[in-house]
Amino acid sequence: MNTKNTLTAERRRKNILSVVLAAICIIYVLPVLTVVINSFKQNTYVKIETFALPTAESSAGFQNFITGMTFGNYPFWKSVAYSALITIVSTVLILLCTSMAAWYIARVNSKFCKIVYYLCVFSMVVPFQMVMYTLSKTADTLKLNTPWTIPIVYLGFGAGLAIFMFVGFVKSIPLEIEEAASIDGCGPIRTFFSVVFPMLRPTMISVGILEIMWVWNDYLLPYLVLDINEYRTIPIHIQYLKGSYGTVDLGATMALILLSIIPVIIFYLSCQKYIIKGVAAGAVKG
Amino acid sequence: MKRKITGGYTLKAPMQRCSWLFMGPVVAAFIIGFVWPFIQGIYLSFCKFQLISDAQFIGFDNYKTALADASFRHAFGFTALFAIVSLILINVIAFAVAYALTQGIKGSNLFRTVFFMPNLIGGIVLGYIWSMIFDGILQRFGTSILLDSKLGFWGLVILIAWQQIGYMMIIYIAGLQAVPEDMLEAAKIDGASRWQTFFKVTIPNVMPSITICTFLSLTNGFKLFDQNLALTAGQPFTIGPDGLPVKQTEMLALNIYNTFYGQNSSSTGVAQAKAVLFFILVAAIGLIQLYYTRRKEVQQ
Repeated sequence: MNTKNTLTAERRRKNILSVVLAAICIIYVLPVLTVVINSFKQNTYVKIETFALPTAESSAGFQNFITGMTFGNYPFWKSVAYSALITIVSTVLILLCTSMAAWYIARVNSKFCKIVYYLCVFSMVVPFQMVMYTLSKTADTLKLNTPWTIPIVYLGFGAGLAIFMFVGFVKSIPLEIEEAASIDGCGPIRTFFSVVFPMLRPTMISVGILEIMWVWNDYLLPYLVLDINEYRTIPIHIQYLKGSYGTVDLGATMALILLSIIPVIIFYLSCQKYIIKGVAAGAVKG
Repeated sequence: MKRKITGGYTLKAPMQRCSWLFMGPVVAAFIIGFVWPFIQGIYLSFCKFQLISDAQFIGFDNYKTALADASFRHAFGFTALFAIVSLILINVIAFAVAYALTQGIKGSNLFRTVFFMPNLIGGIVLGYIWSMIFDGILQRFGTSILLDSKLGFWGLVILIAWQQIGYMMIIYIAGLQAVPEDMLEAAKIDGASRWQTFFKVTIPNVMPSITICTFLSLTNGFKLFDQNLALTAGQPFTIGPDGLPVKQTEMLALNIYNTFYGQNSSSTGVAQAKAVLFFILVAAIGLIQLYYTRRKEVQQ
């Protein structure tokens, strides 16, 4: 009888928890829903009736999305394309170069390797503001100020965390596998690409996710490095639209914000498992 | 058993012969993207300059100017308060939610998915989403987030809590799931109450996660930039004792940015000095907190 009572009490407690969490959940989704409803409203109604659903009177239909496409005298699809280009190239470059370097650091372990490794760890505690001025000038001098070359800047500034995570993982791989490959006649390059590289997969995914989230959402680095009249990423474009304060068309801005969140949410829902694992791994190690 | 790397590792010599291939790209990019800008940044903080080529060494003058700057001092106070308030709020809620989600209730996965989602949205976009929401609420009261620094402060706190609770929650869930089941069972058999078990078994075991989360949320709080720029951009302004405007909701990172790229083009040296101070502050917080909280962890 007594155990039965505690069991029902336990069940009741869990139900209450579920209800409380569901309520927080709804509060969590509301900001995004507000963006959705406002992206279909005319500008003036966004300000005065922010939380009302679009009515026949206030609705703008898909006009906001059409206006948004050429809003701010810059085609929106171009900033999407530049964001995608920079994110993909930077992530691939970081994964390839840092995994190679990390393997070398972990295996050769010379004095030079140790210096590079500790500099990488050190770079993780340095805030971007410390180097932003000199970094953007250096990038300018070296002509790294285009979407095709900015990945090199990302590789340089983002190497720290990636090297740190890869070195940690390589150290846990037994040497015997690589030695067997070398006895079978593999040189270092082949050993790396056909033996080590496939084993790094879990860390590759974690590092890749962290880099994608960072580069896609980064505002200040591309803003300072790129020529923004020609090249705008999504965050730069949205900041530019709102920067011209007062005259801004809020409905169209919300339409663009919605369009820029949709790919992120699709990406999240389709690789949720990896994202959450990657974030936990990155935090625990960083 | 794990073998130590010795001279016997057969690949070492061949690897060293192609070190340029493995290390070259990262080292070159790392020098361009970090080492050189960092060294140059330290040097320039002791210089007066408008272009890097015309830098003149002037000793500690930039640091004196930076420390006497009313807007910088205000930004420091505002940022410190913000970092502490958001640290407490984020970690308490994130821990509570993570604890609730590890009790085996229905819909845990869905809740976790929703709570983590805001992390994937960038700071600028988040700032504008919330600026619309706050405008929508506050205009009913005839005010705006840009008019009152208290509203700006709490607006930023709400925004950052909304964004980062999910992130910290993930780390706490990982920590809570690693608490040994037999320890909890043993506590139960020994007649420990729910609260006793929580404080004597659960908390000491998740201490590593608590270390990481407090460390992360404190440095994140100090480094906040995008959200600050997008939500308030430092408004409202008041006039400081030296006749220059002091932006009431401007945080350190934004203050440094505005000093670099603001209207006064001769203050780049001062801005770089502020950036060095900022770096020392962020690095020191990281080290102190890491040292302090690591001592409390369970010995393993």
